Amino acid sequence: MNQNYSIERGTSKIRILLAILLILVAGLAAGPLLLSANDLDHLIVLFIYIILAIAWNALAGYGGLVSVGQQAFFGIGAYAAIRLSYYGMPVYLALPLGGVAGAAAAWVASLFMLQLRGGEFAIGMWVLATLIQQLVSLDPLIQGSTGTSLLVLNHFSPAARRADTYWLTLAVLLGLLGLLFLLLRSRQGAAMQAIRDDEEAARSVGVAVAPTKRLVFVFAGFGAGMAGALWLAASITFQPGTYFGVQWTAYMIFMVLVGGIGTFEGPILGALLFFALETMFGATGVWYLIGLGAAAVGFALFAPRGIWGALEARMGWRLLPVGYRLVLVPESQHDAAASAAVQFDSHA
Amino acid sequence: MLEARALCKQFGSLTVIDQVDFRLGADEAVGIVGPNGAGKTTLLNLLSGAMQPSAGQISYRDADIKDHDAAARCRLGIGRSHQVPRPFIGMTVFENVLVAAQQGGNAHGPDAYQRGVDALQACCMLERANRRAETLGLLDRKRLELARALATKPDILLLDEIGGGLTDGEAEELVQIIQQLRKRGIAIVWIEHIVHILVQVVDRLICMDAGRIIADGLPAVVLADKAVMSAYLGGGAI
Repeated sequence: MNQNYSIERGTSKIRILLAILLILVAGLAAGPLLLSANDLDHLIVLFIYIILAIAWNALAGYGGLVSVGQQAFFGIGAYAAIRLSYYGMPVYLALPLGGVAGAAAAWVASLFMLQLRGGEFAIGMWVLATLIQQLVSLDPLIQGSTGTSLLVLNHFSPAARRADTYWLTLAVLLGLLGLLFLLLRSRQGAAMQAIRDDEEAARSVGVAVAPTKRLVFVFAGFGAGMAGALWLAASITFQPGTYFGVQWTAYMIFMVLVGGIGTFEGPILGALLFFALETMFGATGVWYLIGLGAAAVGFALFAPRGIWGALEARMGWRLLPVGYRLVLVPESQHDAAASAAVQFDSHA
Repeated sequence: MLEARALCKQFGSLTVIDQVDFRLGADEAVGIVGPNGAGKTTLLNLLSGAMQPSAGQISYRDADIKDHDAAARCRLGIGRSHQVPRPFIGMTVFENVLVAAQQGGNAHGPDAYQRGVDALQACCMLERANRRAETLGLLDRKRLELARALATKPDILLLDEIGGGLTDGEAEELVQIIQQLRKRGIAIVWIEHIVHILVQVVDRLICMDAGRIIADGLPAVVLADKAVMSAYLGGGAI
């Protein structure tokens, strides 16, 4: 007997949500015209945190690749932007190419790092980041641990530089969010999640494991590389010890764990929370870091799906769903239900 | 359709599969029995591509597939289930079969949806389609294993102790599903310790011991074989 059904990939309120998001984006895009310099600086930092969180969540939450070495690509993004600028490339072209350099480095690293599994991969990535930091420090332009600066940015007025960096950061954030959303809703998105849950079982149902893992690894490398280049645009100075520091990955892990690993919305929430905590308690120094660590451990032990994961499970909240829901339609009701249901894809 | 010749698998000095010849015809159902450690699951892993043989040949439809990994063999039409169910626990039941239809079955869009629905319907899992796989009990996890393999549109299904851990009633339900799959023309290789359910489905029975095939033939003949009685069924008093 043929079963009538439809496939839901949205929620009944998705059009309202998209309208709200559009208004929000328009409001944010007008930021440099409306907000103070201090507010813009804060928003740039927040956007970069969100970029870092969604990149790490794609890697670990959807791809199952838990890395503590993503600072490698953060540092490479900034370093590549400095190098390209030094070679004479326009700075606002060099900065996005920093992200491309992060992606390229991730592709090369994937050839050997993705041979490792679990803890070996996580620690191996940390070792790789440290190795790359040492290599970058050997570059005479960087002057060892002293570092250098993206001096060409001083040719712009502070207001123009701030506005350009803000718009570039916002554009990268929206682009990455859109790209990830499309990726997760594609065939590769489902394949990534299958690998995350059980690599051998995924292979047994035909998933091409190596290319799929490489895809998500390169995406995460691009995200971290872009974040590094944008951080450089905001701060101008580059010191290898800062950009290749493991604290960046620690922040990513905190934001994703607390917000909700393996959810689309969770890392955004986690980044907002992290930003708020840093703004309020960052000045307390070591106690702030201890608090972050304790909170991350607490969430890992007692709320492993994070805040958004818990809300999703209890309240059924799914603002931007990336999965599939099968709706069975009784024969008699099929015609009426098919016209009433909100469906992005359907077949009966 | 699927043939292995002089197949060997060694782990260091331990020989787990020793010069095994195996042949499966189209539409055929073959059962494999044997004591623990006989090499049954290793043979299945070699046939499915989860493991590479130390020596020997494997061909499918007369093409050499020895160097194909499990994903490539699945896309050719060799599906499998695992001894311990391995659902994608973070995904729903429907998403589990959908990813199999899309990747192993190379189906796109509505075709993939239809194949997923068909597979769930064939395995009596349609009503649980939107449940997260981690919430399923053992019988449903076994059904999902079967449905997921079926969604890849296999010509051959390799089943590894799919009846293990189930009650007689639950095992009978699975037998009915597998019999329906046979009617669709799917060839089956089934490792199972529950012999009375196995013989309801298979045309041919193989008994393995110590990495070798010690008997191969009609189920009734193999089960009456003295070597099989001694190695597997036990020759002592009951």
